[in-house]
Amino acid sequence: MSWYAALGALEQGLVYGIMAIGVYLTFRILDFPDLTVDGSLPLGASITALALTSGINPFIALLLAGFGGFLAGMVTAILNTKLKVLHLLASILTMIALYSINIRIMDGPNISLLATDTVFDPLINFGVPGYLASTMFFVAFAALIVVGVIWFLYTEIGLSLLATGDNPQMITAQGVNTHTIIILGVGLSNALVALAGSLIAQNQGAADVNMGVGTIIAGLASVIVGETVFGDKTIPRAIIAVLVGSVIYRMAIALALGLEMGRFSVNPSDLNLITALLVIIALTAPTIKKKLKKV
Amino acid sequence: MITLSSLIKYFHQGSANEILAIDDVTLKVEEGDFITIIGSNGAGKSSLLNCIAGTYPIESGKIEIGDQDITQWPEFKRAKLIARVFQDPLLGTCAHASIEQNLALAYKRGKKRGMGFGVKSRDRSFFKQELQQLGLGLENRLLDTAGLLSGGQRQALTMLMATLVKPEVLLLDEHLAALDPKTAQQVLDLTQEIVTQKKLTTLMVTHQMKHAIQLGNRLIMLHQGKIIFDARGEEKSKLTVNDLLSKFYAVQGEELADDKMLLA
Repeated sequence: MSWYAALGALEQGLVYGIMAIGVYLTFRILDFPDLTVDGSLPLGASITALALTSGINPFIALLLAGFGGFLAGMVTAILNTKLKVLHLLASILTMIALYSINIRIMDGPNISLLATDTVFDPLINFGVPGYLASTMFFVAFAALIVVGVIWFLYTEIGLSLLATGDNPQMITAQGVNTHTIIILGVGLSNALVALAGSLIAQNQGAADVNMGVGTIIAGLASVIVGETVFGDKTIPRAIIAVLVGSVIYRMAIALALGLEMGRFSVNPSDLNLITALLVIIALTAPTIKKKLKKV
Repeated sequence: MITLSSLIKYFHQGSANEILAIDDVTLKVEEGDFITIIGSNGAGKSSLLNCIAGTYPIESGKIEIGDQDITQWPEFKRAKLIARVFQDPLLGTCAHASIEQNLALAYKRGKKRGMGFGVKSRDRSFFKQELQQLGLGLENRLLDTAGLLSGGQRQALTMLMATLVKPEVLLLDEHLAALDPKTAQQVLDLTQEIVTQKKLTTLMVTHQMKHAIQLGNRLIMLHQGKIIFDARGEEKSKLTVNDLLSKFYAVQGEELADDKMLLA
């Protein structure tokens, strides 16, 4: 793997790591498997593309994207809590609906952003080389998100969020409306995913309605790899682990893409298969280990 | 003070499996009353507590605490006035949160939660002081997660959490049933101590007739969703296990022979 490819993997690991932290909030903390993310990542990108091509400041575009993601998450959570639709199904419905909505927002399946301003401009104007500017921005932004999410989970509302995922009966008896907390939590998760979508679009210079395919699986892979490699004993450790897991995951993919065995080489289109296998192995490893011990 | 007026609760209403769980129960609980509730399996003891707490919606009737009509309040809102300890020790605490986080969650029962720190440093000494009362050494383990504690320790912690903010009503739903006899006795003593000390209005469901007689100032027996016996004051203090058993025989006849209440 070249130095350039490694830098690219680090960059991708950080920006998709923000998405993975969102997945961690729903999947692990709220115990709410949420597939909305496959739609809210391109939603963030679509909103950003529309905003940037309309001449709106890229930082405001980023905020708008986050807000859009929050609303998408709220829709899923309201379907689940207030209207009693199964969480998985509720999130698939929102995801499917977002496909159409994203095309409406962009007035087409994709928008090129090569000519527009981006959040990286201030760094580039400061004299940072273009290929480093995005990496530097992602390091700072991911650090900000990590600190912000850890802080949030130690607040009164954050503790209620932890308890809602852990023991809804108990936290209801303490006077917390779990519906409100789930709506807030899933909203927040999708806000993070949409922020990642916005940054990815600005970095690759295009928003595409299909860029969200497999987001949930990449998110899960990062969460699981992070937990396995870095551990999840405490909340700060677990959140940092997700980011680390995301970087490791992208590095692994970069390595796999360079793999050649005789006439066989790995194509980018094999990525989903590789990821699925990775998640399956990580998920089933504890069970298989136990079974092997018994024999 | 709690007033239940003509409470009716069905399960599976309108289907072939329809069960009348609470059959026109009217009950006036005075301030500071400690009522023990007994009855065979399916008598409606737990259903009654769940109706008061708001876990089960009722078909008709009225529930008042003080001068507030809470019949239409959702469960989480009733938590302002009502604290609960469940039968399952795992239900009362949050396993992945630390002891101090659990206490902090309980310290905010029924109050607005915001973006301030969940566990405030100024509350820690208060938590320690309260934990000391339990005599389990938990005051030195504030940062351990509740999942590390034994069932008895968790139930004791839940007792403390339920009464950290004084509730108008404390509901104990067979909270000793899942504990071994020795631990059950410890938690029972703790219950007595806290309820007396804080002068709590309490409803306690139990399977142990001994406990029902020993604790509280009033005893209620439920059968098929109805109150069939209500003793208080001196009448209650004179009750014996045999008195209660004969009441059961009177309503149940030979059914009782294989009821686990006999083992009590």
